[in-house]
Amino acid sequence: MESSKTPKRKRVVAAMSGGVDSAVAAARAVDAGHEVVGVHLALSENSRHADPNAKSRGCCTLSDERDARRSADILGIPFYTWDMAAEFADDVLDDFVAEYASGRTPNPCMRCNEKIKFAAVLDRAKALGFDGVVTGHYARIERGTNGERELHRAVDPLKDQSYVLGVLTEDQIEGSEFPLGDTPKTQVREEAAERGLLVARKPDSYDICFIPDGDTAGFLRKHLGEEPGQILDAETGESLGEHDGAYAYTIGQRKGLGITVPTDDGSPRYVVDVDIEARTVMVGAPSLLFVDEITLENIKWAGSPVRPGFICGIQIRAHGDEYPATVTAVEPDSLSIRVDEQIRAVAKGQTLVMYDGTRVVGSGTISATGRSA
Amino acid sequence: MMLAYLDHAATTAVRPEAQAAMVADLERLGNPSSLHAAGRDARRVVEEARESLAVNLGVRANDLIFTSGGTEGDNLAIKGMHAKRIAENPDRKYIVISEIEHHAVLDSARALAKAGTAEVVLVPVTADGVVDLDWFVTWMAANAEETSLVSIMSVNNETGVIQPVAEAHKIAAEHDVPFHTDGVQGAAWLEVPGSWMTDGSAIAISGHKIGAPVGVGALVLNQFPVAIQAHGGGQEPERRSGTLAAGLAASLAAASVAARGEREELGGRLRGLRAELERGILDTVPDSQINGSEVDRIPGTSSVSIAGLESDALLLLLDAAGVACSAGSACQSGIPQPSHVLLAQGIDPALARGSIRFSLGWTSTEDDVARGLEALPAAVERARAAYASRHGSRV
Repeated sequence: MESSKTPKRKRVVAAMSGGVDSAVAAARAVDAGHEVVGVHLALSENSRHADPNAKSRGCCTLSDERDARRSADILGIPFYTWDMAAEFADDVLDDFVAEYASGRTPNPCMRCNEKIKFAAVLDRAKALGFDGVVTGHYARIERGTNGERELHRAVDPLKDQSYVLGVLTEDQIEGSEFPLGDTPKTQVREEAAERGLLVARKPDSYDICFIPDGDTAGFLRKHLGEEPGQILDAETGESLGEHDGAYAYTIGQRKGLGITVPTDDGSPRYVVDVDIEARTVMVGAPSLLFVDEITLENIKWAGSPVRPGFICGIQIRAHGDEYPATVTAVEPDSLSIRVDEQIRAVAKGQTLVMYDGTRVVGSGTISATGRSA
Repeated sequence: MMLAYLDHAATTAVRPEAQAAMVADLERLGNPSSLHAAGRDARRVVEEARESLAVNLGVRANDLIFTSGGTEGDNLAIKGMHAKRIAENPDRKYIVISEIEHHAVLDSARALAKAGTAEVVLVPVTADGVVDLDWFVTWMAANAEETSLVSIMSVNNETGVIQPVAEAHKIAAEHDVPFHTDGVQGAAWLEVPGSWMTDGSAIAISGHKIGAPVGVGALVLNQFPVAIQAHGGGQEPERRSGTLAAGLAASLAAASVAARGEREELGGRLRGLRAELERGILDTVPDSQINGSEVDRIPGTSSVSIAGLESDALLLLLDAAGVACSAGSACQSGIPQPSHVLLAQGIDPALARGSIRFSLGWTSTEDDVARGLEALPAAVERARAAYASRHGSRV
């Protein structure tokens, strides 16, 4: 009997945040014939003691856990909560604060994907006898010409989350399933309603889960203390105001600068550079924000590494635009990229993801930028 | 897949006598507090249940009130008594409890401390998990005047170890300090509370641990005045308001009578099954230990510590194999914390995190034990591999 076309029945862990996407992803894994176990992650020590009536929409609160549990009930799958708070504190929270403290702009969701969801969780799942992890991320996994797994953009461009998965390595992609990549979000909500999932109309979460009120500057002030300094004109060096901590400023930021001296023509100023050691924030005209040379470190390859001359598309923030670019140098621990046109507001610490068409090639953390001309 | 249910200390099967009493009452109309005939009929069910249960426990019917369960009973006894005691004398700040109490007692006492009216004193336990009476005697000799009340559980819920409550009560009584006991785990197994309770004592029991449905319990208050915590219609005068649940009361009494009726026979049978279980575990799981096995325990409970794994991983694997047990005590949000009970006995925190509780009850069979033992070695091996992959570099 030829049965090679029948997909192998797998044992998978469905990471269930309590939202609609991960619930439908788990449901589809069940439909695909897999043996599915739902796992909710407790990532924050205080999430367990959080006010159950709080309006915030971070994740991993007690009510999110309940929502995840109820979805698992409806799917008829076992459900457990895994305590990853220690790993989350070490690898995501501490890193988040340390990155800001050194004047960089981290993306904690990508760090969580890299270190928790597709590392600590995937490793534990495999050790417990599971084949992999299923999540509700909007991205597709396709087979390449040699049968290797490739990570691609989702079909719904507004929901595509391949960028935040861009930090995954080949091995991590091998152990992952993203059942929602071929479906528009609206359809996922409809499907959730048809399946009787109670989270069908639950709002999406946007905030950083450990800063549910959205006040990142306040969070950083609490952890790093006040480090007052000067806000300087990038071209003249003139002092334009004061700040409580240079770490809270990000390249390209325009709002909330606290500048008391207006420009002559009333045009807005932007943060163009941050010097943590000197405690200075440099502001200036938007033209100063444009760069076309980017250096990366902490390189991750989603498949085979590329060579200099490789032409790709780059994306530097979640749901940001993609720009054509060329890889100019490849070292074991660093990578140089030339963007075809100058792009604005490229902050150190951000992750750059390279694409070949819809395929994720790899990623790196931006360590330096410059202008070629 | 047949379920091997080895978690009777969490909740046990409803006994047929309790179910019959419950079902009979569901067809009855009437609030026990109503003055008309329908109300009187319902009230009669409640009062007959009260008398039957009181006789079964060897206490006075008028001292026994019905509650929603063990947690409510513990809260009412501790918070209610402490309020009375400090109203009489504000110097009585110490609430003396054992280190191994259930959270219903521990957190009730801590809540009073947080509110600023009490200080919690924890009586240590020996390495076998028995309350240290010498320590307690010394404490009482020095601090009785400033002690509000004492609460020591009759049987620990995680280890099954029987505590010397009769002796502890005697010591407290010598100093005229009120004594409460969380009698939830011991209700079906120990000598009747009436055999040791004297004035100034209280005991809380829970229905669903002895074969009644969840949602009913009893609190015996023997000259143990409490400030009302649930105000309302005044159904259990001066003690607790809330519509009397006739069917639940009747089922609790029926379950207690049935459980006490077969105490000797069932106890013997479960001791045999537990011995088989523990022997099998020690034979097949290297680096495992049974906690409290050197001292008196109730017949069905077994606390097992296994080195080099996390209990939640082991439970997941046993669950998948159709074996139900629990990690120490039921835990917060399904997240295992190292059990405060095992830590109090001096067990290493890492080993405490790898501890599970098997518990047998009136429906347990040899087959349950055999299937548990069959599934355990492979589950342990896999959970250990997972532990090594997660913590390998950290230990």
